Amino acid sequence: MKIRAQIGKVLNLDKCIGCHTCSVTCKNVWTSRQGVEYAWFNNVESKPGVGYPRKWEDQKVWNGGWERKSNGSLTPKMGGKFRLLAKIFANPDLPEIDDYYEPFTFEYERLQKAPSSTAMPTARAHSAITGKKMEKPEWGPNWEEILGGEFSERSEDYNFETIQKELYGEFENTFMMYLPRLCEHCLNPTCVASCPSGAIYKREEDGIVLIDQDKCRGWRMCVSGCPYKKIYYNWQSGKSEKCTFCYPRIEAGDPTVCSETCVGRIRYLGVMLYDADKIKEAASIEDPEDLYQAQLDIFLDPHDPEVIEQARKDGVPESWIEGAQNSPVYKMAMDWKVAFPLHPEYRTLPMVWYIPPLSPIQNAAEKGQIDMAGVIPDVHKLRIPVKYLANLLTAGKEEPVVHALERMIAMREFKRGQNVDGESNKELLSQVGLDENTVNDMYRIMALASYEDRFNIPTNHKEYAGETPFDNEIPFDTRSACGFSFGNGCSGGTSKPNLFGAKTHQNTMSGRLHEPGSKGGRS
Amino acid sequence: MALDYIHEFLFGYYPYICLAVFIIGSALRYDRDQYSWKADSSQLLRKKGMGLGSNLFHIGIILLFFGHLVGLLMPHAVYHHFMTAEAKQLIAMVAGGIFGTICFIGMTILLKRRLFDERIRATSKPSDIMILVLLYIQLILGLITIPFSAQHPDGSSMIALANWAQYIVTFRSGAADFIVNEALVFKLHLVLGTTIFLIFPFTRLVHIFSGVSAPLKYLFRSGYQIVRKRG
Repeated sequence: MKIRAQIGKVLNLDKCIGCHTCSVTCKNVWTSRQGVEYAWFNNVESKPGVGYPRKWEDQKVWNGGWERKSNGSLTPKMGGKFRLLAKIFANPDLPEIDDYYEPFTFEYERLQKAPSSTAMPTARAHSAITGKKMEKPEWGPNWEEILGGEFSERSEDYNFETIQKELYGEFENTFMMYLPRLCEHCLNPTCVASCPSGAIYKREEDGIVLIDQDKCRGWRMCVSGCPYKKIYYNWQSGKSEKCTFCYPRIEAGDPTVCSETCVGRIRYLGVMLYDADKIKEAASIEDPEDLYQAQLDIFLDPHDPEVIEQARKDGVPESWIEGAQNSPVYKMAMDWKVAFPLHPEYRTLPMVWYIPPLSPIQNAAEKGQIDMAGVIPDVHKLRIPVKYLANLLTAGKEEPVVHALERMIAMREFKRGQNVDGESNKELLSQVGLDENTVNDMYRIMALASYEDRFNIPTNHKEYAGETPFDNEIPFDTRSACGFSFGNGCSGGTSKPNLFGAKTHQNTMSGRLHEPGSKGGRS
Repeated sequence: MALDYIHEFLFGYYPYICLAVFIIGSALRYDRDQYSWKADSSQLLRKKGMGLGSNLFHIGIILLFFGHLVGLLMPHAVYHHFMTAEAKQLIAMVAGGIFGTICFIGMTILLKRRLFDERIRATSKPSDIMILVLLYIQLILGLITIPFSAQHPDGSSMIALANWAQYIVTFRSGAADFIVNEALVFKLHLVLGTTIFLIFPFTRLVHIFSGVSAPLKYLFRSGYQIVRKRG
């Protein structure tokens, strides 16, 4: 057993209102730069829909994720090492920017400066790549917002597989939900596996997956390797970039920007302990429907004395063990079984999990009554088909999703009974295997969701870095260092594009140019 | 007199300037400016033309590179054991012709894309266009040498050129003297070839180093995953 800790994440889709605050704050912090205008480290999609980039979920198109060979071994779906290297000159599995969308801006100036005329002045869209006028934007990070577009196009959604989908094109039967997406910081990431340069790595201490911008050579295999299409090739810098899980914030014990700013309070962050020795075994289990359970099986109980002892031996700091014991993510994934991985069938063991959304009971208004399975309404009568959710979250296995939805309904009914009718219906709880204490805990964390309950993030212990006592110097070395910058922002030189054509001395984060004469790139 | 001097400079001294800049410049860039070290692919912006163009170009130029490496630097004493100079020249002409044609087709596609595709043109750095044009001219010069070689089926031209290259890399004087009487097209091909070494560190060509090291590292990486310790 080799215990590692990771900051895991849960998104409660039942409460997502699709406001895109996460996307916008993320964009402002991380990708408001040339070359990544089209990139959204966090985006919110309306489902059903084909998403961004188009059909990202369909690995028959993009060959992302892993493939289990008949002998039980795993190779990236785009090919083993030799086949992957053969794609280095021209990668047939790479999306074109139009699959995301051609980035654009509007000619706002014209609205202010147009001469007097009988017609309203217009602000045409301009391509951010060529600078030329565009006829019209044709796709984007949430093009199908609130079921925009025709059903025939949206129904290409991969999650409709094995579902008779025609029915859901009818107005009366239509359904929708939001799906905020970011890098999954997987336990078995295909992006890391497919990088020939070895520039992508998983951090041992918190599980964050990062791209070393200096080591990246722009072979762009990771873009194809990632089945979630959450690695973006910066066409200006020629390097790949991805969600950093806001590691400078996480290190300081703060939630990621998307989590911090989430208006619906749907995002949770907390420590998960797992057995790193079992990753391979879990990811290569034969039946995709068992992958969800396999991932649960490698998570470790932070209250188990043996686990605690081993975690200490493996260098997990005390505060992280404590964090794991109070982790909202652990509670939702392991204790209550209401959170699920996104597309476990890609075999990457993702670490951003989702609580499935409840939806109105179908036809309830017409009938004037609701079909009940015992005292809980039959979740198969929910407007969002259980099979659809199962295809999204459990590789098609319905039971765990049904179980979670029933628990959520029971919690809601129970608390409604308490608060509105003044009675505690214990039968509701026993039917879904919950007790009153647990349901109160669920209610506090999932429904009330105060800041302290949502985020339990121990700070990063840099003093643990290295192997010997002398390595304690590491945190002192980094104390006054340049910090986060793009490119050679911290190295010397005076010219803006340096001898080799790269930009220096530009604070890419603020978008402001470096003022000539001042030292360094940070102002 | 002046022509003699220029000849001596271009084929006796200039190659060393180019090689020195190539080595020192590349090392310096690797050390100082890793962020600029990349393949700089534009495939994301336009897929069209990449599948055929980039593959043909790369395969062609890699084979041409190794052809030149072996053809020019293999000592005469070594290949004499299994072939004559005539046979070697014939192989060089045929292989060079085939690989050169493959490369030419690929490069024509890539150059057309680079110059006339709106997106690619708009996002090209001057050095991207310059290096592609230089390589294109170099390739055409190389292809033009084939009929000139055919005029000397005895391999004399080839031996002269190989002597030049071998004297240069082994730091022996008199390298330039071997090729005084060679056709102009050979000389142009040599000057442009050494010039490409000169500008190498300042262009995207540095990705060639990574194109050799990355696959090796990747193939010898144990397993797939990389976990970095803090520190």
